[in-house]
Amino acid sequence: MVEEKLKVKKEKIINLPLTKKDALSLKVGDVVLINGLLVTGRDKIHKFLFNEKPSKKDIPFNLDGAILYHCGPIVKKTDGDYRIIAAGPTTSMRVEMYEHRIISAYGIRGIMGKGGMGERTLKAMKEKGCVYLHTIGGAAAYLADRIKKVVDVWKLEEFGMTEAMWLLEVEGFPAIVTMDAHGKSLHKEIEKQSFASLKKLVK
Amino acid sequence: MLKLRDGIVELYRKVATSLPPDVEDALKAAYASEKKGTNAKQALQVILENVRLARETARPICQDTGVPVFYVKTPIGLSQLELEKTIIEATRIATEKIPLRPNAVDIITDKNTGDNTGIGFPIIYFKETLNSTLTIDLTLKGSGCENVGQIYKLPLEELKADRDLDGVRRCVLDTVHKAQGKGCPPYTLGVGIGASKDQVTRLAKDQLMRRLTDVNEFEILFNLEKQLLKEINDLGIGTLGFGGKTTAIGVKMGTNHRHPASYFVDISVSCWANRRGRLIW
Repeated sequence: MVEEKLKVKKEKIINLPLTKKDALSLKVGDVVLINGLLVTGRDKIHKFLFNEKPSKKDIPFNLDGAILYHCGPIVKKTDGDYRIIAAGPTTSMRVEMYEHRIISAYGIRGIMGKGGMGERTLKAMKEKGCVYLHTIGGAAAYLADRIKKVVDVWKLEEFGMTEAMWLLEVEGFPAIVTMDAHGKSLHKEIEKQSFASLKKLVK
Repeated sequence: MLKLRDGIVELYRKVATSLPPDVEDALKAAYASEKKGTNAKQALQVILENVRLARETARPICQDTGVPVFYVKTPIGLSQLELEKTIIEATRIATEKIPLRPNAVDIITDKNTGDNTGIGFPIIYFKETLNSTLTIDLTLKGSGCENVGQIYKLPLEELKADRDLDGVRRCVLDTVHKAQGKGCPPYTLGVGIGASKDQVTRLAKDQLMRRLTDVNEFEILFNLEKQLLKEINDLGIGTLGFGGKTTAIGVKMGTNHRHPASYFVDISVSCWANRRGRLIW
């Protein structure tokens, strides 16, 4: 029932990896369903990529055209296979100081998380052709069901389950474009509107 | 204590995989109030579907199973040391069995202990009571929302906040405005006011354990809670910061007596997944 109702707003299907043209075609407010391979990365991965600057060939996954998902999943290992139990987004703003360089250096076309990001990231997105995809915070079981397979993992030993880079195959993974490659940000708009409302309440 | 240990594991399971009915009802009401086709309504639909799915498949609602916080009320004569041991043991088992995400990271080595136990982890607050039963309340406090909490020292010129309840009101609105969608709204806000920083922070968090439908014993605070809930929703930040009618589903305030020279206000924020539960033994 819920699945049917969700189709009120027509979704755009996006298949990974994304080209620059794909990224440019997405606009703030677009609802997307993602298919293909994406990678996770949160606090430690960002700190590592930013400070250690590994070259593309030092990273086992191809990040060109990838979506980098801010997520620290719950993963269970049974009979040698990894299974994702819960995998909602984490707050993206924590990696604001790193993201602009990561977008530029590794050719990432989509950042996915929650809460949106700031000016530096928005600027890098515009320069390089990249979008911010806001998925549903806290909907960890629902989103885990859209992950079909754990393909691989990097830095598991060193960073642990939560902070490792997981390569995941997803199907119909939902998100809303809230920052686009044309410099528009829903978060900036809401911030501005809510500030105007706040000023009325605290004269 | 073996049976109690298993009881606490089940408490963990209940709290991680289901929402208290008052919270779920408030989210359903938020869903009903949003306009069709809006991002907020779609997000609430997925949130409610996720809540149902998590409960039915006994999986955590959110991958961030948070910092476990226990409020333990003990009858006279029950050993708190023994209880602490039992809770820690139950935490290890629950982490493996449910599973929970291991969240306890050593500050010095930066290593995750892997089982949600460590120095001051989980957090356990004991209180001795005259009751003959043992009551254990548990909340799993996610860190996205923990990170958007604030503490204020009044008066504060930038908010034009005096040392009075209107000053407190300004602090709460400032916290929500600064938080925007970063801590997964609709939020529940716990507000603690009093004499010292450590005390108000604890007091603010205590408020998050209250049912959304309860009534503050002080009428003036009850009215302020209601007023603030309306004003926060007037900010229009909405579910997950997408814009919309519901930015918060509850505001709960608690006070301690203060020192003439101090007026601290702490605001603890919970995400929509305000996960709490009780075990009576």
